Amino acid sequence: MCDTCGCNITDGNRHLIEGDGKLAQTASGKEAISVLQGLLSANDHAAAHNREHFNRHAVLAVNLMSSPGSGKTRLLEETITALGDELRVAVVEGDLETENDAQRIREKGVEAVQITTGTACHLDAHMVHDALHQLDLDAVDILFIENVGNLVCPASFDLGQHRNITLLSVTEGDDKPAKYPVMFRAADLMLISKSDLLAVLDDFSPQKAERHLRELASPAPVYTLSARSGDGLADWLDWLRREHTAALERTARGDTVRPAIQADGQPLHAHAHDHGHHSHD
Amino acid sequence: MHELAVCQGLMGQVEQIARRENAERITRILLSIGPLSGVEATLLKDAFPIAAAGTVAEDADLAIEEQAVRVKCLSCGAESEASANRLLCAACGDYRTRLVSGDEMLLMSVELERRESA
Repeated sequence: MCDTCGCNITDGNRHLIEGDGKLAQTASGKEAISVLQGLLSANDHAAAHNREHFNRHAVLAVNLMSSPGSGKTRLLEETITALGDELRVAVVEGDLETENDAQRIREKGVEAVQITTGTACHLDAHMVHDALHQLDLDAVDILFIENVGNLVCPASFDLGQHRNITLLSVTEGDDKPAKYPVMFRAADLMLISKSDLLAVLDDFSPQKAERHLRELASPAPVYTLSARSGDGLADWLDWLRREHTAALERTARGDTVRPAIQADGQPLHAHAHDHGHHSHD
Repeated sequence: MHELAVCQGLMGQVEQIARRENAERITRILLSIGPLSGVEATLLKDAFPIAAAGTVAEDADLAIEEQAVRVKCLSCGAESEASANRLLCAACGDYRTRLVSGDEMLLMSVELERRESA
């Protein structure tokens, strides 16, 4: 969301600023200042700055979100192996504590920066910005940001990524999209992970999981895969290749893209518009 | 819960406005929150006194206008009420809908008292 083009004004709040709406008039005795600004505008500004970095260096930035233990790190390990020298990967890892995940990624021979959030339940754009200073983006084609395992809070914070991916492992319920609509609505791609366990978990239906996602009005593709067995990885890798090619084309055009549904739920604007440095005095 | 982080962001904006408007105190803050924003109005209200302590908005009343979830169907064009996890068109049942409202997380307005000009 931006504070410059009027996209803050929705059908839900327009009545407040028009005619005799409560923001159009001054309250008795005191002065009412109309603002209409997103509550996370400082974060959104930092996110736009990150996105500019990614675009300038022709990096595809992908935000991975899921519950803890759904296999995000394992998927990244196998993805790095499968891509080999084809695409250069770097990873920003978010956890409350430990460097464990970054170390696992480094053992695959790629750069990883660990963000430990302490008690914070999500990454924000400022944390990611600090992490970017430790990476040479010219040496990166795809940057994965592995968010803190949490199906609630990470969905509210734009990091500057181009795409959101939400993992749902088959050890969870297939109704997770219905239970956590904000998170799953934000997904540009949903990955059903640990599919090798489907044989022993007969209460998880990938079809039902997809139906719950559609009920959120999401057209996002759904791939079922297992990092362990390698089943279904080809579709995921092809998706990454297509998105990376698209990122190169955007950089060549000087264009940008944001996830289909913004962190704060705003739909993608028809045209990319300037989210550059307006003054924040 | 990230409502405290959201409240801290809000305080940054409110303090900026207070400086700009030369306000002595902020008396009321009006937010617009939809169910699909990912923040809970009640948790925001709980977090607010913690974030506002020691600021110009310490004694401000935090008012929250909660928005309904509404969708417009891209297939039949009908606009209808929906729920957070069922954003289907109420008229034809199609899932291809656009959210009309329900994802707001906005600072709508602040009420303030200005300093007496010197």
